[in-house]
Amino acid sequence: MAETGMAGTRIRQRRLVAGLKQAELAEAAGISASYLNLIEHNRRRIGGRTLLQIAAALNVEPATLTEGVQSQLLAALQEAAGDGESGGNFAEAAPELDRVEEFVGRFPGWAGRLADLGQQRDALERTVKALSERLAHDPELSATLHDVISTVTSIRSTASILAETRELEPEWQMRFHRNINEDGARLAEGAEALMRYLEAAPEAGAEVTSPQDEMHAFMERHGFTFPQLEGWGAEARIEAVVSEIEHRAARALARAALTQILEDARALPRDEMDVLLAAHGPAPDAIARATGRSLAQVFRRMATLPEDMVGPVGLIVVDGAGALILRKTVMGFATPRSGAGCGMWPLYEVLSQPARPVQAVLAQGDLRVRALAVAEETVPAGFDNPPLMRAYMLILPERRGPDRATARPVGVTCRICPIEGCLARREGSVLKDRF
Amino acid sequence: MGKTVLLIEDEQNIIEAVSFILSRDGWEVKTHANGQNAMEAVRAREPDVVILDVMLPGKSGFDILSEIRAEAQFASLPVLMLSARGQAKDLEMAERAGANRYMTKPFSNAEVLDAVRALVPS
Repeated sequence: MAETGMAGTRIRQRRLVAGLKQAELAEAAGISASYLNLIEHNRRRIGGRTLLQIAAALNVEPATLTEGVQSQLLAALQEAAGDGESGGNFAEAAPELDRVEEFVGRFPGWAGRLADLGQQRDALERTVKALSERLAHDPELSATLHDVISTVTSIRSTASILAETRELEPEWQMRFHRNINEDGARLAEGAEALMRYLEAAPEAGAEVTSPQDEMHAFMERHGFTFPQLEGWGAEARIEAVVSEIEHRAARALARAALTQILEDARALPRDEMDVLLAAHGPAPDAIARATGRSLAQVFRRMATLPEDMVGPVGLIVVDGAGALILRKTVMGFATPRSGAGCGMWPLYEVLSQPARPVQAVLAQGDLRVRALAVAEETVPAGFDNPPLMRAYMLILPERRGPDRATARPVGVTCRICPIEGCLARREGSVLKDRF
Repeated sequence: MGKTVLLIEDEQNIIEAVSFILSRDGWEVKTHANGQNAMEAVRAREPDVVILDVMLPGKSGFDILSEIRAEAQFASLPVLMLSARGQAKDLEMAERAGANRYMTKPFSNAEVLDAVRALVPS
């Protein structure tokens, strides 16, 4: 197989490592020194018999002289080198483009990293540009911000008058109080509109999607259900399933999630779950007792079965630090995209009591759901590390019946939660009246 | 009779607050609440100073200012522009259009008062 000029650079490197002169290698390989010189300087393509002879003379496998010749890598490096001025602290001279093949040949690791960084920088630049354009030209954002700033201006000015004007006539006083009241309501509306806009932002363009968001979008596209991972030999299918995800970081997250789904499917096969659900209904504790599996595993399995089999089942998973790892929402139960959720969710309660599951009826606005939570150790404690935990909260429809349980009022996350006097509040809310 | 300020601003509560503080300071305050016909208001009121919002319904403050400057009798009429936008390019646009001062919202009452007094020395 004829290869690009990269092979010449590799031959030269190998020859120098072997301590051979050009003439010596040429003689051993049965070619002229001038021809070898052209090959080494990548001015002649090499393949077939000549390649085999040179490899034999260098005592290396022919493939080591030709493998890894990556035109994409070269193109990526050339692109990175050609993108304008450096503007940085280190690059004093222009990149030596005429030696890029040599660079790749000698330092493939560094070359790959540099190409990756170049591409990441391009992606970030596109993201920044998209966000800047959005902020500058999005009419919805512009109008909302203008409204908010105008209202703040009015409140500031009016409040100053009320606070600083001595002997303010009662009719003026009344008018300014009324104005502040009106402006307060407008400001709340504007803040709410702004929050809605910002909360929806990651969906507005693929460029601004985090790996977590991208992974969740993938899971949602599949309804968190992967029939292709049921049965033996499913490991080999994971790569094919995640290949639809564009970015590597998101693919890694999805790969880990699918591996877990596969293990759960193996522990609790679909046919068995069918029988158990028919016998017990969506009761994870009964299923856990019947199968000897952990509650956490039953939660995960239930959340990844089709809805026509198990009914609406949501699942929220957090790590020991409380950060959201997975969110499958159902029935309109709202969760934040990232960070921490509502401190009143039983999800956080169980982190401090791993052995004790908790159930509660939750009221999020007008919505009532049944939540079951349990925590599980994922890495046991050692002398050098604390135990690492994960907590799971299963969301199920509220049980029907005459004895309706008292519901615990919960929110989504403090910034957009209107519940006053909440014991778990971490920060103020921008909302007043509703979700 | 004090000197006259023409306030061209569409937010009613800002109009009331700014009118109040200027009136208390001895200015005669006239108001106009949209971009359309703003030039007619300037001609009719013949103010000593104009406070002009940038984002107005009907016509932008920049366009109104260009119209003001296009008429010889108002070429040197002091204009204070108000805007929610405070980027360098906004300031540049205001300067190019012929604004004497550019103030970003939210402003304090004292800032407005000081700016107007500075633009029309008694």
